[in-house]
Amino acid sequence: MTTETVNADDVRHVAELARIDLEDAEIELFEAQFADILEYFDSLDEVPAVDADEELVNVMRSDVPQESLPQSAALKNAPETDDDYFKGPRVS
Amino acid sequence: MSSEYNAFITDASIESDGEGVLSGATVAVKDNISTKDVRTTCGSAMLASYEPPYDATVVRRVLDAGATIVGKANMDEFGMGGTTETSAFEPTENPRAPGHVAGGSSGGSAAAVAAGVADLALGTDTGGSIRNPAAFCGVVGLKPTYGLVSRYGLIAYANSLEQIGPIAPTVESTARLLDVIAGPDDHDGTTRTADLDGSYVDTLDGDVSGTTIGVLKNLTDGSDERVQTRFGAAIEALEAQGASIVEIELESVEHALAAYYVIAMSEASSNLARFDGVRYGVSGGYDGDWNEAFADGRNDGFGEEVKRRILLGTYALSAGYHDKYYKKAQDARAWVKSDFAEAFTQADVLASPTMPVLAPKIGENLDDPLALYQIDANTVPVNLANVPAISVPIGEADGRPVGLQLIAPAFGEGRLFRTASALE
Repeated sequence: MTTETVNADDVRHVAELARIDLEDAEIELFEAQFADILEYFDSLDEVPAVDADEELVNVMRSDVPQESLPQSAALKNAPETDDDYFKGPRVS
Repeated sequence: MSSEYNAFITDASIESDGEGVLSGATVAVKDNISTKDVRTTCGSAMLASYEPPYDATVVRRVLDAGATIVGKANMDEFGMGGTTETSAFEPTENPRAPGHVAGGSSGGSAAAVAAGVADLALGTDTGGSIRNPAAFCGVVGLKPTYGLVSRYGLIAYANSLEQIGPIAPTVESTARLLDVIAGPDDHDGTTRTADLDGSYVDTLDGDVSGTTIGVLKNLTDGSDERVQTRFGAAIEALEAQGASIVEIELESVEHALAAYYVIAMSEASSNLARFDGVRYGVSGGYDGDWNEAFADGRNDGFGEEVKRRILLGTYALSAGYHDKYYKKAQDARAWVKSDFAEAFTQADVLASPTMPVLAPKIGENLDDPLALYQIDANTVPVNLANVPAISVPIGEADGRPVGLQLIAPAFGEGRLFRTASALE
């Protein structure tokens, strides 16, 4: 199995999914680099299916109310706030 | 540059009212570990003015043990790099090999210890980020077993792989710092108690008679000849002290690097989705809708390597590629784990050169990401297998320090310290 060619539109699409508004120069750079890196990742095709025998246990705790971060501390790093709320961009 | 060798992004003086085994000691803390009201940047413009509202568990523990925190150490942006050159705050220089990189991503932590501007340091290791700079800077660094040290307050990059660990000038001081930070924490459900009698410092008897050391052939053969020469001499020294040496070949490690990068990038793409510029970080403004605003802020706040990894991780997890990359990487991880388990039936500890190369010059590898990823070949298998490993200095080659890596089964840190102390 070989990697399909990565083109500029693929990079643009992934950047859109990841919410990063790349400059054109970066799209061009990544297009070339991703081809090399993904080709390297193709070596994983040779890995056999392994029966992973994990010994995992859930770590549970009871749901008890505790003191939480004061609102002022939680808001301290926000670029903009509105009264006691974070201010975000409009949804649509 | 704000400090000697640009080891610190932020100078600090966090005093403690505690008293204990670290009283009088100064500690550098990697800048992805939260310090209350002291800025914590992750080496990124995204968090250039971020001040955490709480301390990480490890920060509380070193302060309670009497230490003073003297600086927030430089690092590759979000831990993504092996040379501290992806930092938004300029690279760290290697105090033991001027003009060369300090390694990374915990380059500032190792450089601070090597330069003596801090007695001890905390780093984090996702694929070698403690052991790599420890080796390049000629100091000791330990990546603990996954779950030995709390990650509460660590700004996450790849949760399933990363651990906080100690960097120090000697094996003994490394053990002392691990004694302080190890142990369960209610704030991190992945932590558990090590099965250890006494303390890690107690394990340092330097007695390797009866210890079988497995030399990992694949990782040794792939290393620079100058590194191999130093490594061979160190192994002979251990043999002269009574250790038995066996050679071990692990087929799975040939696939470890690709598996590591797929897993780390996939986890990064999800973890770094939190940086939307609303609660903290660089805001994308309020002109467009939220998708446009987030995409603007993230383009401004993240550096090139971080964008590259987020995009590749997003790609590896996207419809149609998940099985080809992410699922195969998980298969490779399981294979590496079972290969290590098998190796530990033949040897008590495993050994390889920590880094396959000597520290490169600053700027030497910047524009070839794949070449930079490949210097992690010897360290990443350890993170995939969740086991502990230590890097110990074993002299220099061409004026640059060389490190030897020892690997033990999960929660076998005592074995690492015992064997490592025989090398000093």
